[in-house]
Amino acid sequence: MSNWTEVGQLNDIPRLGSRVVDNNGEEIAIFRTSEDQVFALRNRCPHKNGPLSEGMVHGNKVACPLHNWNIDLTSGEVVAPDKGCVRRHEVKLEGETVLLAI
Amino acid sequence: MKERLVLVGNGMAGVRTIEELLKLDADYDITVFGAEPYGNYNRIMLSPMLTGETTLDAIMLNTPEWYAEHDITLHSGKKVVRIDRKNRLVIADDGSEAEYDRLLLATGSNPFILPVPGHDLEGVIGFRDVKDVEAMIDAAQNHQRAVVIGGGLLGLEAANGLMKRGMRVSVVHISDTLMDQQLDSEAGQMLQRELQARGVEFLMQASTQEIVGKERVEGIKFADGREVQTDLVVMAVGIRPNIELAQSAGIHCERGIVVNDTMQSFDPRVYAVGECVQHRGTCYGLVAPLFEMAKVAANHLAKLGYGRYEGSVTSTKLKVTGIDLFSAGDFHGDDECERIIYRDPSKGVYKKIVLKDNRIEGAVLYGATMDGPWYFQLMREGSDVSAFRDTLMFGQGDTADAGHGANHTVMNMSDDTEVCGCNGVTKGDIVRAIQTEGLFTLDEVKAHTKASASCGGCTGLVEQILAATVGTDHSHPKVKPMCGCTDHSHDQVREAIRSEQLTSMDAVFKKLDWRTPNGCPSCRPALNYYLISSWPKEAQDDPQSRFINERVHGNIQKDRSYTVVPRMWGGVTTPAELRAIADAAEKYQVPMVKVTGGQRIDLVGVKKEDLPAMWKDLNAAGMVSGHAYGKALRTVKTCIGSQYCRFGTQDSVGLGIKLEKMTWGSWTAHKYKMAVSGCPRNCAEATIKDFGVVAIDSGYELHVGGNGGIKVRVTDLLAKVETEEEVLEYAAAFMQLYREEARYLERTAPWIERVGLNYVKSRIIDDMENRKTLHARFLESQQIAQNDPWNELSKDEHRLQFVPMKTLNSEEKPHV
Ligand code: SRM
Ligand SMILES: Cc1cc2nc3c(=O)[nH]c(=O)nc-3n(C[C@H](O)[C@H](O)[C@H](O)COP(=O)(O)OP(=O)(O)OC[C@H]3O[C@@H](n4cnc5c(N)ncnc54)[C@H](O)[C@@H]3O)c2cc1C
Ligand code: SF4
Ligand code: FES
Repeated sequence: MSNWTEVGQLNDIPRLGSRVVDNNGEEIAIFRTSEDQVFALRNRCPHKNGPLSEGMVHGNKVACPLHNWNIDLTSGEVVAPDKGCVRRHEVKLEGETVLLAI
Repeated sequence: MKERLVLVGNGMAGVRTIEELLKLDADYDITVFGAEPYGNYNRIMLSPMLTGETTLDAIMLNTPEWYAEHDITLHSGKKVVRIDRKNRLVIADDGSEAEYDRLLLATGSNPFILPVPGHDLEGVIGFRDVKDVEAMIDAAQNHQRAVVIGGGLLGLEAANGLMKRGMRVSVVHISDTLMDQQLDSEAGQMLQRELQARGVEFLMQASTQEIVGKERVEGIKFADGREVQTDLVVMAVGIRPNIELAQSAGIHCERGIVVNDTMQSFDPRVYAVGECVQHRGTCYGLVAPLFEMAKVAANHLAKLGYGRYEGSVTSTKLKVTGIDLFSAGDFHGDDECERIIYRDPSKGVYKKIVLKDNRIEGAVLYGATMDGPWYFQLMREGSDVSAFRDTLMFGQGDTADAGHGANHTVMNMSDDTEVCGCNGVTKGDIVRAIQTEGLFTLDEVKAHTKASASCGGCTGLVEQILAATVGTDHSHPKVKPMCGCTDHSHDQVREAIRSEQLTSMDAVFKKLDWRTPNGCPSCRPALNYYLISSWPKEAQDDPQSRFINERVHGNIQKDRSYTVVPRMWGGVTTPAELRAIADAAEKYQVPMVKVTGGQRIDLVGVKKEDLPAMWKDLNAAGMVSGHAYGKALRTVKTCIGSQYCRFGTQDSVGLGIKLEKMTWGSWTAHKYKMAVSGCPRNCAEATIKDFGVVAIDSGYELHVGGNGGIKVRVTDLLAKVETEEEVLEYAAAFMQLYREEARYLERTAPWIERVGLNYVKSRIIDDMENRKTLHARFLESQQIAQNDPWNELSKDEHRLQFVPMKTLNSEEKPHV
């Protein structure tokens, strides 16, 4: 199993917003929902590589800033009627600390 | 235990209500009784089924499998004969029973059969269901002559069908105009000639006295002595709401089952929808209103309780292939009405638009119905058409044609124009579906949007939109409802925000029962705008509800880089500013430095992490954000003006700078652009701006509601004023009125076309008091709005969001 790495505090991420973690040049977007759940996705929209971290978070979804595809944060699946899927990363909270599995 | 819902009437309105209910995943045990021995089929399509253009299988909307899939108990072929309201029980003709907690009546209507002698002979039928169509097809195989009584929509579609089936058909009509419910006599004549040319015979102004025959019908006698022979009589003289069952159960009925705005009868457990109901005194005979009723009934059954049905305006199309006919509203008009009429006999085109103080009351189109939906929309929105009245007749394509060539009519049809009246599908919905889902065929569009899935009257339009759409990409305001998260329209939501003093998004979600926990990307930016524009002091701007461009104050590019456009007040710059821009461009290795169409410089391709530092540098040289990314004041273009230009009558540069200094930083419903020209040569293109000033010798002309872009619209002249002070006051007042009343993403051009120039004048020119208060309100909100976002965001506490929260590399961490 991959190991948990501390990447920051919950409050580094705005509610209904996102911050990126640069993992050896590959960006991983960490999202924070209105319920303070956190999710992590590869920061590339399956459509045309849009930066999901810049999208609008709503419910458990994020809307890509370039052409508005919606991606389900829990599964990484693109929300129908569009199709596709984004690589998910394990992420969890320990208290206020955000831990990412890589 | 689940509540039990029983539907009586397995038809279009009833089943649509169930479909809406399932969408809201409300928790009911559902039982359906239907007198006809099928699932639910598209009754509208009985006409093409009669002509042979389609088949019963093809018009099935809900097959028995569908009911099974949704655990709905279907009793097809069973007619409910009694409702026992005391024990909340319905009983069918075969004795089967079902108990209900809520009952939904959707029993439709019955064809009216003239009570003349012989009306009960074999071969005398109505035109209502599959059984009737089968009887007609059978008659066509075994007999020659048919008479259709009634020259309305239904009658003509029946006649057309029977003729296509090879029968010799006469249509009997009581008045001298066909479809007199929908057509004026001129269009009626054209229709009659067309149908005659196709071989239909007509007996006009004939009132049926007797149907003769032994078992089967043999002929008809008329009051004036005329007689015809026939083997089939189709009665299409009107429909009567089917209220027999409801009446027998003591439910209050007049012409139809009387219902309130939540589709409840006088017994609140008993709902009714469809042709069987009477709402605010009206009974409907078209699907569009029934589908609206279905939405509301479902909403209320699901205990959401915010849906209301407030009646419908309907438009009609005759579904006779090859005949193009559209009719809506009051197409005769009273004495106060004016009529604009267009005739082209040889082309077989007739258009009539009825206006009452510059608002459309009704329309009849024959031969060219392309613009029907547009007129219908203008009519329903009560839009003032004075601004484009002279081109109204030539359709939306001609009101400011940006030159899209052959397809321009659909191209220029605004995205909120309703194309499919049956299912309330707008052009925008269709275009979006085509684009996001890559649709190419009519059937795909049907499946995804329901457009043209009901009466098919809009099939032609949908096909053209399909053809015209592939490739385009532009976003426009959605009409009511605001979005999938709510059933409220933009106007209703903003009204609630004002009257209920809602100052936060959560308050809006609660008060208006939003369906989603935190909205969606289309409603949130709108709500944020309505909140801060209604309550500039009280409401907090919510960055997370802004599109990325407005959040990081730059336009995101497809390669994730951003653009930086510093303000150049009135398009004027200095060597020092240019030097600072040049330095920044070099320091941050900006790949492209470009002069924009807005008289300033765009630094294109800046890395996100460089933005704050670059802004700081530009700030240091005295420059601020140009809001080139925002639904906000963009630019104020100017020409040289009287300072130097030999023709200049006023100081356009000076005034442009004053205007920009007054208005920069303000958020608007859509982007907002201004320009000032120093003389009527108008080198600053002020007459295609949201607010444009053209200087003249005696002062200034103020022009409003123009834009270039997708659909060029030239401004309307708002007023002439004498001093710069007045210009500034009018400019602020107009901008404030627009901010307070336009819908989000509605630019001044479509806004003015919707509310009318006269309205704007009445608020700003005629009402001096109001102008001054608008002006004051604008300046007040500017005190909060006018702080440079670059300066703000380049502060250290904000910088974090521009850099990764953590950077990991293999040296620190073994890579897995
Ligand atoms: C930069 C610029 C092109 C240029 O290099 O000249 C530009 C760039 C964009 N325009 Fe524009 N428009 C620019 C001047 C114009 C003009 C000319 C003008 O302003 O005099 C027009 C036509 C005049 C008008 O708007 O009335 C124009 C009509 C549009 C439209 C169509 C607007 C409409 O109502 O039809 C859009 C689409 C929209 O806004 O929805 C648009 C949208 C855009 C967007 C924001 C598309 C987007 O969301 O990414 C482009 C951003 C590119 C970027 O990253 O900067 N741009 N755009 C110009 C910036 C002006 C400035 O200094 O702020
Ligand atoms: C030939 C034709 C063409 C049309 N063309 C158009 C058009 O182009 N555009 C348009 O908008 N509209 C059109 N209409 C009208 C449209 O079809 C009706 O408005 C619509 O079907 C009405 O829906 P409804 O559910 O109220 O009634 P229906 O669809 O008639 O459904 C009522 C159902 O209830 C059943 N029922 C009645 N009483 C009982 C009972 N006691 N127990 C059990 N079941 C019962 C009936 O058998 C029927 O199946 C057309 C109609 C016809 C007949
Ligand atoms: S016209 Fe405007 S929106 Fe279109 S590509 Fe050019 S800059 Fe972008
Ligand atoms: S790149 Fe994400 S929607 Fe197009």
